[in-house]
Amino acid sequence: MQLTVWTYEGPPHVGAMRVCTGMTDLHYVLHAPQGDTYADLLFTMIERRNARPPVTYTTFQARDLGSDTADLFQSAVRDAYERFKPAAMIVGASCTAELIQDDPGGLAKAAGLPIPVIPLDLPSYQKKENWGAAETFYRIVRSLAGPHAPAPGHVRPARAAGTRPSCNILGPTALGFRHRDDVREITALLDRMGIDVNVVAPMGASVADIARLGEADFSVVLYPEVAGTAAQWLKRTFGQPLVQTVPIGVGATREFIAEVAAITGVDATAVLADPASRLPWYSRSVDSTYLTGKRVFIFGDATHVLASARIATEELGFTVAGMGTYSREFAREVREAAARYGVEALISDDYLEVEEKIAAAHPELVLGTQMERHIAKRLGVPCAVISAPVHVQDFPARHSPQVGFEGANVIFDSWVHPLMMGLEEHLLGMFRDDFEFVDGASPSHLGHAPAKSEPHDIQVAPAIAEAVAGGSDAVAWSVEAEKELKKIPFFVRGKARRNTEAYAVEKSIPVITVEALYDAKAHFGR
Amino acid sequence: MNAVTLLDRTPPAAGCDRPVLKERGQREVFCGLTGIVWLHRKIQDAFFLVVGSRTCAHLIQSAAGVMIFAEPRFATAIIEERDLAGRADLHEELDTVVGRLLARRPDIKLLFLVGSCPSEVIKLDLNRAASRLDERLKDRVRVLAYSGSGIETTFTQGEDACLAALVPGMPTLSETAPAPLMVVGTLADVVEDRFKALFDGLGIPVVFLPPRRSRDLPAVGPNTRFLLAQPFLTDTARALEERGATHVAAAFPFGEEGTTAWLAAAARLYGVSEERFAEVTAPSRDRAKRAVARHRPALEGKSIFFFPDSQLEIPLARFLARELGMIPVEVGTPYLHRRHLADDLELLPHDVLVSEGQDVDKQLDRCRAARPDLVVCGLGLANPLEAEGITTKWSIELVFSPVHGYEHAGDLAELFARPLGRRDRLRV
Ligand code: SF4
Repeated sequence: MQLTVWTYEGPPHVGAMRVCTGMTDLHYVLHAPQGDTYADLLFTMIERRNARPPVTYTTFQARDLGSDTADLFQSAVRDAYERFKPAAMIVGASCTAELIQDDPGGLAKAAGLPIPVIPLDLPSYQKKENWGAAETFYRIVRSLAGPHAPAPGHVRPARAAGTRPSCNILGPTALGFRHRDDVREITALLDRMGIDVNVVAPMGASVADIARLGEADFSVVLYPEVAGTAAQWLKRTFGQPLVQTVPIGVGATREFIAEVAAITGVDATAVLADPASRLPWYSRSVDSTYLTGKRVFIFGDATHVLASARIATEELGFTVAGMGTYSREFAREVREAAARYGVEALISDDYLEVEEKIAAAHPELVLGTQMERHIAKRLGVPCAVISAPVHVQDFPARHSPQVGFEGANVIFDSWVHPLMMGLEEHLLGMFRDDFEFVDGASPSHLGHAPAKSEPHDIQVAPAIAEAVAGGSDAVAWSVEAEKELKKIPFFVRGKARRNTEAYAVEKSIPVITVEALYDAKAHFGR
Repeated sequence: MNAVTLLDRTPPAAGCDRPVLKERGQREVFCGLTGIVWLHRKIQDAFFLVVGSRTCAHLIQSAAGVMIFAEPRFATAIIEERDLAGRADLHEELDTVVGRLLARRPDIKLLFLVGSCPSEVIKLDLNRAASRLDERLKDRVRVLAYSGSGIETTFTQGEDACLAALVPGMPTLSETAPAPLMVVGTLADVVEDRFKALFDGLGIPVVFLPPRRSRDLPAVGPNTRFLLAQPFLTDTARALEERGATHVAAAFPFGEEGTTAWLAAAARLYGVSEERFAEVTAPSRDRAKRAVARHRPALEGKSIFFFPDSQLEIPLARFLARELGMIPVEVGTPYLHRRHLADDLELLPHDVLVSEGQDVDKQLDRCRAARPDLVVCGLGLANPLEAEGITTKWSIELVFSPVHGYEHAGDLAELFARPLGRRDRLRV
């Protein structure tokens, strides 16, 4: 039994829903109790989808147990076919139905529908959402593209002269972090290189599209968490080489272009020469000097964490203060990367542990999921969101990709902006003792109405405020030291306060003076 | 209605005989675990530990939605493969989890072990676990169990199961002691305070279940009379009746009319005079009428369709029909308790289709055919219906917002007026 407060991933059938909902004419019949229908709102509310996910739930009840849950499932399959007329169907069980062992696959097969019916076996008590998405996608690809597989030993014929090379883009799903925008960006980049996209899957693909995946010359594995297994199978079955560099960040995008060029033989010089991203210059411009060595803590899915660590260090000049992932499937890759940055990787899906590790690392910027955003808010540290699990804010109205050169621009803005806000706060704080900046004075461009009460410090949620206050009543602060502390930028103030108090306790200093504050600073100075 | 007849009441025809469409098919309603989201806010020293799967944890997290990800007073003990394969003793595992939890949260005085579908299906006896832990943790934490599983409860029935679990532990009120009125059902504190003030004005002593602090559990005995503040408390009412208490039938306190009827039922019981009742309630009634009337132009004559969700549907449809002139087309409820809802059913126009249970696809067909002006539905259906050009109101907001009593009657009306008003404004 695992004690869980918040979860990074849903159960595996939610991964299956992300695949199915991304596709255009596939239907999912899920043997599950009524409460599991909550998953619909992820798509209709968070992603603002304008249609219900193509999922039928059997919503069996206690009184059905032991008698007719199997019949219920079978009639749900028939009704769903009649009503929605999908081109293919996936069927499976949620955690509860897994326990009653009704064999959805066998029951659906016995219903004798005139469409492909693909059974899913997603062990809910072992696996999680991303694994479920990958497994589902693999099963679908195998079932639908499998019949078109060439005989073993068959050699892929060379592309006809004068035709553009084509590829599949694999991995984007419904409810994916910026998948919508990434697909547009990567498609445009490939087009500029003279490469066509055969199929994007699962997002936007039809059942017929999946059947013709084998027609492409190669595959782009955009999100390995979802596409890894299917892509490996396509490679083995159709001899399609894989492009596995995820083009997030300027360096990775350039490598991606080079990799595609090598596979297809297209000339990428022009695309590489185009100064398509502003990130390199913005990062070199002198105003960015203050970014140097900023301590960042990075947490999220493996793909985005690995890419972010590289961007943070190589393209923005940050220092990695900590990194980790909840994707256990990619623990090895993340551990290796972490070792390169001189930190130990945190492989965990325990939210409280992540919170603890972030607090202990005293970062100046957190790059994480929506959940780390809340941690950062409580710690008073700036944060940018880099990965799923998603929130409605991760589906911005504007085009906002992460991949490619435009993605690098977006990343520069979204990471640097919270730091700038932090700096602004600090400047405001520094001037607050000047007469025109007395607390309560509103910015001059807003006229002279006194502001109500403008907290210069980010409000700290009570839970953490209590936790932070917890150990601190042993030592007192002199008025001067308290004043001096306020001159320290708010985003490191908490750390300064804690360090000073720890120092005071250690040295048995009852009242912290300005002297003691600076003694502590020298003591802990890195 | 004038002040003199306020306390008059014709009892509803014995056993309402209105036809009800019973549906059985796919339900699109949360399970009872969802109640934890508001119950943990109400009982401030209680912790809710769901014993279930990752799905259960994900459901609560998704339903809690916009809440700040602090360390909340709920969590899930996720059953894993090794537990199912018999490689771990479930009760030992549970004890370890509870130990960890309580070490972290010394502020917890009441712990609920909340059953889920997986725990029910594998027949994990949480009642037994609760009494074992209760015994062990005596004087430190009370431990109780209830089920919020989706195979047994829909949405608000989770609160019913939780409150019913509290009843056996309530102190006993002797046969000779005078009993205060008991108001049963989770109310926002602000609503509870307003009701308290009104009952004080009427001279009626009152206690509330659930209490804000677990140690303040009210006493119950044969003289106890209780009013339900929520229409979904079937099991809780039965448990109270088993302890000798008597249910006071009344319409539910939504809108001016419902609140007056509800208060009047108590006033009659405690022998409050017509004059005093009128005097105490008049200012609030006037305010409520004025606040509701402001929204009448936006809502009058508009048709409304309820998908089943919280069991509040019938009293709300009654309020909207009688105080705002709306036309209910279909009122769906996941479960219909005819006795508790007798007064509301009586007041609901008799040509309105009441449906119980759900077959969501068929109901969507009926809804599309009816083209109502406003649809009240869950979060999974709202945007898809909006995309079809049908204006919607999320039903979950009706459970999460303070909507009971006089002072919130206007807010309640506004919740329905806002989506229609928004539609009028938009030119995109
Ligand atoms: S319906 Fe059952 S399995 Fe699903 S979330 Fe509710 S209790 Fe858990």
